[in-house]
Amino acid sequence: MIRTENVYFTYPSGVTALQGVSVEIEDGEFVAIMGENGAGKTTLVKHFNGLLKPERGEVFVDGRNTKESSVAELSRDVGLVFQNADHQLFCETVEEEVSFGLRNFGFGDKVVRKRVDWALELLDLRRYQKRSPFMLSGGERKRVALASVLAWNPKVVVLDEPTTGQDHGQKERLSQFVRQLNAQGRTVILVTHDIEFVAECGPRVILMSRGRIIADGPAKEILTNSKLVTEASLIVPQITQLFIMLGDLGLPGDVIDIYEAKRLINDFVGG
Amino acid sequence: MKALEGMRFKRTSSPMHRLDPRVKFVVSCAVFLLGIMFTELLPLIVLLTSQLFLVYFARVHKEWLQSLRGSLVLVAVIFLTNLIVGYASAGFRLTSNVLTYSVSMALRFVTLVASFSVFFLTTSPDDLGLALERSHFPYEFSFAFTTAVRFVPVLADEAQTIIDAQRSRGLEVEKGSFVKRIRNYLPILIPLIVNAIRRSLELAEAMESRAFGAKKHRTNLFVLKIKAADYIALAVVLVVLAVSIYIRLYVHIPVIAIPTF
Repeated sequence: MIRTENVYFTYPSGVTALQGVSVEIEDGEFVAIMGENGAGKTTLVKHFNGLLKPERGEVFVDGRNTKESSVAELSRDVGLVFQNADHQLFCETVEEEVSFGLRNFGFGDKVVRKRVDWALELLDLRRYQKRSPFMLSGGERKRVALASVLAWNPKVVVLDEPTTGQDHGQKERLSQFVRQLNAQGRTVILVTHDIEFVAECGPRVILMSRGRIIADGPAKEILTNSKLVTEASLIVPQITQLFIMLGDLGLPGDVIDIYEAKRLINDFVGG
Repeated sequence: MKALEGMRFKRTSSPMHRLDPRVKFVVSCAVFLLGIMFTELLPLIVLLTSQLFLVYFARVHKEWLQSLRGSLVLVAVIFLTNLIVGYASAGFRLTSNVLTYSVSMALRFVTLVASFSVFFLTTSPDDLGLALERSHFPYEFSFAFTTAVRFVPVLADEAQTIIDAQRSRGLEVEKGSFVKRIRNYLPILIPLIVNAIRRSLELAEAMESRAFGAKKHRTNLFVLKIKAADYIALAVVLVVLAVSIYIRLYVHIPVIAIPTF
């Protein structure tokens, strides 16, 4: 479980990124942290594995205060996948890239072998095993970065902007993949402003704006509240917009799921 | 690194900032020359004091002090080297002369660092590029120079992100033997260099698509103009320089001796 208590954080440049953030994320939850650029989303998740330590307030990961633990210790449990894969790829082969974290955490050769195979299989990277990660496409590089974190099987997986630069097909697969990770019992935390992507996954949504949490609740409730969503410089999902416009026909305005929408329209037309 | 921090331009406004970069360069060179010209303690103290006024005038004292603090190690090395060599050649006796000379040398170094620190702190990279261009350096050269300066903070930001990303994968830079520690920097350096190369290629393409080098003679939006204040500053500097040369050649400089105990 991750718990933050009234966390404040200011960068050395003087930018105050977090102003009293208190949040609790239970084991096995599926959470999307959303908000405008500079709302403090990435700053917040960097507190989850101790990269940043709160200036005021506390952060606890499974009861451990992050001020008293090293980044390596915390990362064992909280795997952070950065937005830009190019900020972490450096090995000669994809295989070595994926084993980097495992070796850092001191796993034995046999386990490393097994875990690397598992991660490569999971992200459909087997055929690139011996290739240089620099020769892969953008989407593939992102998958290598993801595999290199999932390899050590962290309890919590944090994905920072996983959808940027991905085409529709890749997004579709990513959405299935994160739901699958969550279904297997991992805590999954997405940092994104891709509202359609979140609407499709339907997690708990934490909405941030200017360093504060302005809303926290189920996707269906938060993403259909245009006032809140606008405050975080986002726009409600298209399907919700449509249903809000169709409000005078007596249709509900809180729809984010396309299948639910289809059923409602069918009922309306048929009935 | 701290020493370099004190060489980075600070965007504020002061009479010093508004001076023409070429004149400022002449001022810095003059101070540099004066520092080289004198080995006696008295003129070096006078020079450093006048620098203090200049720094205060330019409102960059905080950054300036930082660059000074960063160069403190080198100052100590210079002081000790002079002291030890002097001590040895004076027949292993610590004379007042040796001590005074060592202090002067350390002070001289501070003066030299300070002179260019003021220049870089008060001259924006853009102004610097313009000045280079106006001084008939090839445009490619001045462009490369300003671009390099311009990308330092970007690179620093990127390095921080890369360090964060690798630490999140369990990298502990400060762990292990000496050789291991050096190897620990590879996961940080490789992405940094690869991204820098990638960025430079992108920059080249962006430049090409904006017709870099299409015309031999470029015009500038801002044109450097020597103003009255610049002429005054230049005149003052030249007079000071002339008087100093006269003093150097014909006037006996009173000796300040630091007593030894």
